[in-house]
Amino acid sequence: MATLSAVLATTHHPFYLKATTAPPEERMPQADEWKRKVEAYRETLTVAKPDILVMVGADHFHQFFSDNYPTFLIGKQPMYDATFYNETREFGLPTFLLQGHEELSGYMLQGLLDRGFDFSVSHELKIDHSIICPIITTRPAADLPIVPIYTNIFAPPLPSPKRFWDLGRAIRSIIDEWPSDLRVAAVGSGHLSLELGGPRQFGETGPDPEFDLQAIEWLRTGDIDGILANVTHESMSGAGNATHGFMDLILMMGIAGPIEASYVDSLDLFHTREAYVTWYPEGAPS
Amino acid sequence: MSIYYVNKFLFQVDADPELLARYKADPAELVAWWETERGPWLNRVERTTWLGFTGTERRALVAHDYVTLFELGAHFFLSLTIFIAIYDADYAARSGPLSFQREYGANLAHWMGKEYPSVAL
Repeated sequence: MATLSAVLATTHHPFYLKATTAPPEERMPQADEWKRKVEAYRETLTVAKPDILVMVGADHFHQFFSDNYPTFLIGKQPMYDATFYNETREFGLPTFLLQGHEELSGYMLQGLLDRGFDFSVSHELKIDHSIICPIITTRPAADLPIVPIYTNIFAPPLPSPKRFWDLGRAIRSIIDEWPSDLRVAAVGSGHLSLELGGPRQFGETGPDPEFDLQAIEWLRTGDIDGILANVTHESMSGAGNATHGFMDLILMMGIAGPIEASYVDSLDLFHTREAYVTWYPEGAPS
Repeated sequence: MSIYYVNKFLFQVDADPELLARYKADPAELVAWWETERGPWLNRVERTTWLGFTGTERRALVAHDYVTLFELGAHFFLSLTIFIAIYDADYAARSGPLSFQREYGANLAHWMGKEYPSVAL
């Protein structure tokens, strides 16, 4: 059976690359600290020695739109292009060509259908910054095959926080049952409190610093009961109109299970707080 | 549900540098052209026959009026992204980084502490 070597839940700040590669005189004051934290976080994936990455993200109206927006979707392709024109324009992100893993994509899709998650599937999926940002931060060589999973945290009505947790649990059981000697790591990205296109956007901190600290604590302790008792679509809206990306972090905790995280770090930036969480459900790498 | 059509406009124009340049240079021309010539098409052959803007929506798009678009329930990500593309560089050169984004937020300050208009369709 496959080994789940690590589960990573991270925010995806699209300006990381630009902020940390700008000429020194143009760098934001926190750029060096940000880079140190990201490189330390990257090590938590490197030491897990993964062979494949199951990547969780959400299309930000790049490929998908409201004429046909999938609630949950998996890619099943030999390769994936990444980064859209308007992401390069706004964030300075480069394009990538990532390898896929069709066997695990197919096994995952069938396993999800068997468990009551009626996924959409794409055979021409282009990857956006919700997956490319964590590639840049946690695996910049972009040298591993990926299995991309997209969720709807973006175009309401949205699935419930519990559904994201349950989906994470289902993905975990499928990885556990996959008859393979390979080491699978799951890397997913979302947000803490976040406001986009509203009155609280681009402040000195995220729109709800109290929520951010509580959310990190829930992730650190694997406290799904605390999350499900407190986090609703309405409460997330109250923390910032784009906070629903937190549900992808709940999904990642679902893959790990209700256990303590092995690594937790965060960085308070303008506009939003970054969070970097890693679980080793099968024990820390030796 | 013509706010769907507003979102479709923002989605398609933001993703196409030629349309974006026209929307910046002459919004009235681009909005009028897109509403009848580009927006209705599902693909090169199939056309949706019943979509159009209301007068309020059309005026807000022509005026780059992101406050009204927010209040009509246009998707916040689409509005922010397209108006950053149009205004951010000019504002940053004149008034420093993020000055456009902060003005955008300040112009919506009357929504602070209130329930925002829904972006659900």
